[in-house]
Amino acid sequence: MQINSPRFKERAHQALDDANLQRALGNLKAGFPQKRAQAVACMPEFDDLRDQARDLKNHILEHLDLYLEQFESKVVENGGQVHWCRTGDDACQTILDICRAVDAKTVTKGKSMVSEEINLNAFLEANRIQPVETDLGEYILQLRGDHPSHIIAPAIHLNLEDVSDAFHRHHRRPKSDDPAVLMREAREMLRKQFVAADVGITGANFLVAETGSTIIVTNEGNGDLTQTLPKTHIVITSIEKVVPTLEDMTLFLRLLTRSATGQEFSVYNTLSTGPRRPGDLDGPENFHVVLVDNGRSDMIGSQFQEMLRCIRCSACMNHCPVYGAVGGHSYGWVYPGPMGSVLTPQLVGIEQAALLPNASTFCGKCEEVCPVRIPLPKLMRHWREKEFEKHLTPRAARYGLGGWSFFARRPRLYRLLSRVANRALRTLAGSKGRIHRLPLAGGWTDWRDMPAPSGRTFMQQWNEKKAGETAVSREKKA
Amino acid sequence: MHTPSSPRVALFVTCLVDLYRPEIGFATVKLLEQAGCDVEVPETQTCCGQPAFNSGDNRSARDIAIRTIEAFDGYEYVVGPSGSCIGMLHHYPELFETSDPWHRRAQDLKARAFEISSFLVDVVGLDNLAASFHGSVTYHDSCSGLRELGIKAQPRALLARVEGLELKEMKESETCCGFGGTFCVKYPDISNRMVGNKTANIAASGARTLVGGDLGCLLNMAGKLKREGHDVETRHLVEILTGCSDTAAIAEPADDRTRLARQL
Repeated sequence: MQINSPRFKERAHQALDDANLQRALGNLKAGFPQKRAQAVACMPEFDDLRDQARDLKNHILEHLDLYLEQFESKVVENGGQVHWCRTGDDACQTILDICRAVDAKTVTKGKSMVSEEINLNAFLEANRIQPVETDLGEYILQLRGDHPSHIIAPAIHLNLEDVSDAFHRHHRRPKSDDPAVLMREAREMLRKQFVAADVGITGANFLVAETGSTIIVTNEGNGDLTQTLPKTHIVITSIEKVVPTLEDMTLFLRLLTRSATGQEFSVYNTLSTGPRRPGDLDGPENFHVVLVDNGRSDMIGSQFQEMLRCIRCSACMNHCPVYGAVGGHSYGWVYPGPMGSVLTPQLVGIEQAALLPNASTFCGKCEEVCPVRIPLPKLMRHWREKEFEKHLTPRAARYGLGGWSFFARRPRLYRLLSRVANRALRTLAGSKGRIHRLPLAGGWTDWRDMPAPSGRTFMQQWNEKKAGETAVSREKKA
Repeated sequence: MHTPSSPRVALFVTCLVDLYRPEIGFATVKLLEQAGCDVEVPETQTCCGQPAFNSGDNRSARDIAIRTIEAFDGYEYVVGPSGSCIGMLHHYPELFETSDPWHRRAQDLKARAFEISSFLVDVVGLDNLAASFHGSVTYHDSCSGLRELGIKAQPRALLARVEGLELKEMKESETCCGFGGTFCVKYPDISNRMVGNKTANIAASGARTLVGGDLGCLLNMAGKLKREGHDVETRHLVEILTGCSDTAAIAEPADDRTRLARQL
């Protein structure tokens, strides 16, 4: 996927003026956060589970090599194969090789953000293999030539009319605005694809080291058809998804769906443990797990290690007032919202993504709802430190900050500056109490008034008061 | 007058209160004295350094932190009318390696630093509040105070003791107003959308006065309320707790009486 993160401001500006997008985002705001709150309210031990999940993830990250190797040996024992891929390109090539080995023409795909990250669809198409997205949201986006704007609700930026238009154009059926009709249409179209596909590609929510299983957590059932019908099943996933045991997996499942959609459990929780065994009624003949690193192992031992605890629930973006205002596409790459503002600079470089960790008021809502307690504001601030160290901060901001900090370290000068600013603002305001237009502060006064200081500075008034009191007490003594 | 039982408290004025609204500083002093504290205002304090810290300029933030630690050395408590600035003081230990002697001093300051409403309720248990306010108010929970310092119940407990005051909670009182320090300068149009959502919720609450505990947020919301023409006044919590009817609210023109009082 092309990286548009350097154009965040421009894209955000357009998003704010896009009435359709704003309508769609309004639905998000009214949906997920309230459902999560209800689910959490029904579970008194929720915060204790969050602590456990944080600690367990920390333990896993300390022993990641061990659990990944255990996972691999179990997959092999079950008759599958694990492919270790350092980069996205390695992963694409590995998947292409597997597809070619079985002479694949079409592949069906369940939802996978890692596949977005490595640009898998474009790569397969360029190599004359047709990928078909089977998650309803992803399917709609594929028809429109669009990309996900959210990690679990990829088409959240669209409204019903957009879906209706896309289906009418591509399915050549009478236009309908009835969600049930549209759903049936998608189902009919996809059914043929499920049967025809040579390879099925899914992601994974977790990898279980003790059994060599992968699991997908879904609500549509498309993932099950994707991975059971074709002869070959490829799981594309990233290294931080491994958990030690099935029991551990259930801890994360309890947190994941409640944090994401407010469900106690999702509709389908499908485990894949190797290819079809003798006597099995269905299942793939070949089972491959493509493990993608793509910069993640560099985070181990770094300031950003805690980000690898992320279980991709999307609670941070669902609750983020910035995401809620500008939507996921503004962020310009695969992972939007607070988690994306930490992950994107790591995966594409801070040079391209510096605007993202700055696009936060540090209100802390994301950290408040994170099921694995990732300190997202702190991690975004660490990226700002990197940006500052590398002199990527815009020059005006740098000089402004430098000048201000010069004064802040010199109390006498600081007092003088405060008095000058105070006087200037009061003069500009006149008797109105506020300023309608302030030179050099258009960012503020284009949208709101600038309140004027109500009098001389506190320090001036306080010192005069104290001087007066001292004079009075001296007089008394005299 | 310093007596052995009265704690020696340093007021952290904060730079916005110093520049924009001295009333908040004086009201804070009044409440602290009412709670039996001996209040001083250290001369060498400036800003908490948050703009540098949040811009990734840790060197400047560290230099300012050292200045601030020195300015507030020796006081039993450091109290300020801002969850955001006191929250920044609580971040100081992160700026120093644990082996650095300044780390210990930063920890020490952190343990003594309190936001005013939490100090009054959680530390000194102010029991002689005698304010009255005739009208309805709605309270905005500023993010740093709420999420870094756990300030939620304290201001409401204090407001509940103000005679005549009716609290009308707004929807989404915990949602950020979009100020965010340098955020409102770096992303003005996103900030504007956020504050627009906020003023809509404030107006819908039906309250005539918006109250909060952080002047940065209050300047942002008051400026937007006025631009949109809402008939809602904006005041800091401490103004309400000390009785404030004789001063103009934030972003309001001073009436003749107060202007005269200020000239004198």
